[in-house]
Amino acid sequence: MTGDNDQPTASLATLQTRARIRKRIRAFFDAKNVLEVETPILARAGVTDPHIDSLQTRWSDWSEPVYLQTSPEYAMKRLLAAGSGAIYQFSRVFRYGERGRQHHPEFTMLEWYRPGYDHHRLMLEVDDLIRKCLSEHIKLEQSCFWSYQRAWQDSIGLDPFTADVEGLKAFVKQQGIEVSGLDDDHDSWLQLIMTHCVEPALPKNTLVFIYDFPASQAALAKMRHDAPPVAERFELFINGMELANGFHELTDADEQRQRFEVDLRKRQQMGKAVMPVDEKLLAALPAMPECAGVAVGVDRLVMIAAGVDRIDAVLSFVVDE
Amino acid sequence: MASYSTSEFKSGLKIMLDGDPCSIVENEFVKPGKGQAFNRVKIRNLKTGRVLEKTFKSGESVEAADVMDTEMQYLYNDGEAWYFMEPTTFEQLGADEKALGENLKWLKEQDMWVVTLWNNVPIAATPPNHVVLTVAETDPGVRGDTSGGGGKPATCDTGAVVRVPLFINEGEAIKVDTRTGEYVGRVKD
Repeated sequence: MTGDNDQPTASLATLQTRARIRKRIRAFFDAKNVLEVETPILARAGVTDPHIDSLQTRWSDWSEPVYLQTSPEYAMKRLLAAGSGAIYQFSRVFRYGERGRQHHPEFTMLEWYRPGYDHHRLMLEVDDLIRKCLSEHIKLEQSCFWSYQRAWQDSIGLDPFTADVEGLKAFVKQQGIEVSGLDDDHDSWLQLIMTHCVEPALPKNTLVFIYDFPASQAALAKMRHDAPPVAERFELFINGMELANGFHELTDADEQRQRFEVDLRKRQQMGKAVMPVDEKLLAALPAMPECAGVAVGVDRLVMIAAGVDRIDAVLSFVVDE
Repeated sequence: MASYSTSEFKSGLKIMLDGDPCSIVENEFVKPGKGQAFNRVKIRNLKTGRVLEKTFKSGESVEAADVMDTEMQYLYNDGEAWYFMEPTTFEQLGADEKALGENLKWLKEQDMWVVTLWNNVPIAATPPNHVVLTVAETDPGVRGDTSGGGGKPATCDTGAVVRVPLFINEGEAIKVDTRTGEYVGRVKD
């Protein structure tokens, strides 16, 4: 990088595609009376997720550290608890250390919440919206709605709920994938197989919704105590790329606090910053209506529409150019 | 000892892997929105030339390899090693048969090669894209055969065997592409 290239990384045509998609999304929610909101990017609490790291700064010489939000989730949930009803927002979010073909440390997230919905009903709305955004750009096959278990069984013939770490390792080895530095954390091996084997095997030009995740990957989703127990969480994939993540939202403040504490213990073991827990979110949760919520990567949606395979090609400028 | 974190990975970076110096060919950052991040890397082993794929857990560190590509001129062979000279310092370094490998058949005195040094020892040597060789041995062209089909094999002064057109005779100089091993043209004095 010489630094003397002042040209945008996105073409004008791609910026126009981005503008059209944003307009379409606004029209979609306006027609359904979903309220557009804005919540702060700077907050004193940040995400506790062991695999998501926040950028940190201060807002004055004497202030406590503040964190650039990695998702508007906590603040939007406080709005829901205060009686906002259905809400959506376009938010700039920030994630430390995430840079690659599909990653940029600053990106645009579309997040919305639907009181009274569960994850299945929300998946249908996501499907409707994404189809409306992409219809003039690519031809989509009929969407797939598969449980996490079925997606694994159909694409690689492995049951993620019965395979132990040794079984997962053996599968990875059998696929000829050499791995360095991964310990015996069960979820890490699941995520390795998900990204390396399952995602590339999903049907092409198809919105593939995968729901009911392993309980250990519940994040902020409700648990359903089946055998085995599952998290009422879903993700949307298209052409091997993760496009959305949604939850039937956990409303139990005690359980949420426990999950935060488990996260923080894990962060401590990993030698990562122990984040302050968002007490205001925990205080608001009991008043939050039963709801489902989802986050969509807007930049990636534009990538699909524009037919490009690098996030740089849909961003006006990138941080490391 | 110098090391690199996976966040510094990019193509061309030289790292140590299982005791061998390697060069990163391709690096891809892979991360589920919520979940463990990985770096999927294609790596060339600089001693064997083999390319392999490896997935690192993001955040890992790997040892740096002290590897340098240097343009050097081939001088002579003393029966054990092939000696190359760095043209500005006149430093001479001997490369063994393993470092030259298959490329040995393109080696001609005074040609400029790219020699890969690991801890200042040649571990690989890459010929220029084109070399001019002299035909040492080939069958006389068959007159009247204009089918133009396959040409004929010619053994060059370096030992390389190249398919040449039928009109090429012993003693002539030919230009060869070392990447494909194919005849490019006749070189007239």
